[in-house]
Amino acid sequence: MNGVRNASLRVLLLIASLAVWEGAVRALRVPAFILPPPSQVGAALYRGSVSGIYLQHLWITLAETLLGFLLGSVVAFVVGTAIAASPRTEYFLYPYIVMFQSMPKVALAPLVVVWFGLGLTSKVVSAALISFFPLLVNTIAGLRSADEDRVDLMRSLAASELQIFRMLRLPSALPFIMAGLEVAMVFSLVGAIVAEFVGAEAGLGMLIQSRNFSMDVAGEFAILFILAVLGLLLNAALVSVRRRVLFWDPSQKAALNSASLRGGP
Amino acid sequence: MARSADVIHVKGLRKEYGTARGTVLALDGIDFTVGEGEFVAIVGPSGCGKSTLLKILAGLLPATRGEVNLRSVPITGPRRDIGVVFQSPVLFPWRTVLDNVLLPVDVQRLGREDNRSRALGLLALVGLSGFEHRYPWELSGGMQQRVAITRGLIHNPAMLLMDEPFGALDAMTRESLNLELQRIWLECRETVVFITHSIAEAVFLADRVLIMTARPGQIVEEVAVAIPRPRSLDLLAAPEFGGIVRRIRAHFSSKGIEA
Repeated sequence: MNGVRNASLRVLLLIASLAVWEGAVRALRVPAFILPPPSQVGAALYRGSVSGIYLQHLWITLAETLLGFLLGSVVAFVVGTAIAASPRTEYFLYPYIVMFQSMPKVALAPLVVVWFGLGLTSKVVSAALISFFPLLVNTIAGLRSADEDRVDLMRSLAASELQIFRMLRLPSALPFIMAGLEVAMVFSLVGAIVAEFVGAEAGLGMLIQSRNFSMDVAGEFAILFILAVLGLLLNAALVSVRRRVLFWDPSQKAALNSASLRGGP
Repeated sequence: MARSADVIHVKGLRKEYGTARGTVLALDGIDFTVGEGEFVAIVGPSGCGKSTLLKILAGLLPATRGEVNLRSVPITGPRRDIGVVFQSPVLFPWRTVLDNVLLPVDVQRLGREDNRSRALGLLALVGLSGFEHRYPWELSGGMQQRVAITRGLIHNPAMLLMDEPFGALDAMTRESLNLELQRIWLECRETVVFITHSIAEAVFLADRVLIMTARPGQIVEEVAVAIPRPRSLDLLAAPEFGGIVRRIRAHFSSKGIEA
């Protein structure tokens, strides 16, 4: 199919949906505190951007998300490696992990805020808790995915377990780990926002709450839009890392598409 | 036809597997020797235990009873002086061809710089010059298996074990790789144990063919192939070749096994 034609159809569809939204809201006289027309959302977006208030809170949410992602991923990778390496560790840790996994981590956010306060720390911990799981599960599955023939080859060369891990199991696990990181990034943003809802002094989640209280729904929509763009950019950053790291993985293209469509918790 | 300098010496080898339904005898009473620079093929139907035998020779499986010596030292586990080529190429897709060949060098810390030129020389020998910086998935199946052979030779092992290395390839690629392997072997005169279920392949390549039958896996006869090298594909139609093949096949057809 024609690429240019499709691209212009896409833009046209977007403009048409915005026009329908705008027209419907005006024709049906929907109050702005229920559903604002896109023109008002655009105006709110513009005002907030010019005043710098979005950017100021965006940095805070971004920092919480990235730090939480980092913390959750590092711990998940270490624990996942320990579990994949020793059945003993798995035996003792597994019940807790299963229990923890079946619990909605979002429900922990109020407790986390009580424990770690209204500042950055509670948001980082909340983001880390939520982003921990996808990477843990994928690290375990990935490290166990190494092809048996390849393990035999390494063993036949008298390789040590550490060499087998470093030269074979870890690279074999990378497709799983990268997919886990992509999900973890999205989850991490969710964790930061939820903790901001519970109690925060700054951040886009807090800003949504305060806009909501003042019935500035257009402002809320503007922030939701910013959050969507932020999520997209974070995902795009990981996808570009994945493309570079997994140039050798034939399943890469298929996995890319499915990973970006996976939703939040 | 045991020679004075035996590289491999197997005596009274027995392998049992414990399963839920009791003990299965996979190999019993295996005796053979392989001389320095000799090419020995082991031929048998699938399930006769020849892969088990290879795993024991590679130190990947322990024997239940018996002696397996390589250069007079018992094989009790994986060793640095053994090269293995498996049925599939078993290459690492994140490593280039050259890095795949150098894998044993990396594992055994033999020094990359010292072995780089040797690796390039071996790649040239198997006809892969100019492919050293390609990745395995850019190569055909036959080329990948040639990379695997190069990797099996890089650390200069005392013996090269080959487990049906061309079994997964199409018939024409297989024939050309048999010729190729003969040429490589004539160059390096490695001690080779080659496992296959193709009688013609075994006779074409080997100095000696050991015939294995199943349940339990036993070596029932040794057939020397006194056909001078280099052997050409025309040999496949020659009466002397056909005679040896028939003699080997008799062992399997009399038991109603197609090999």
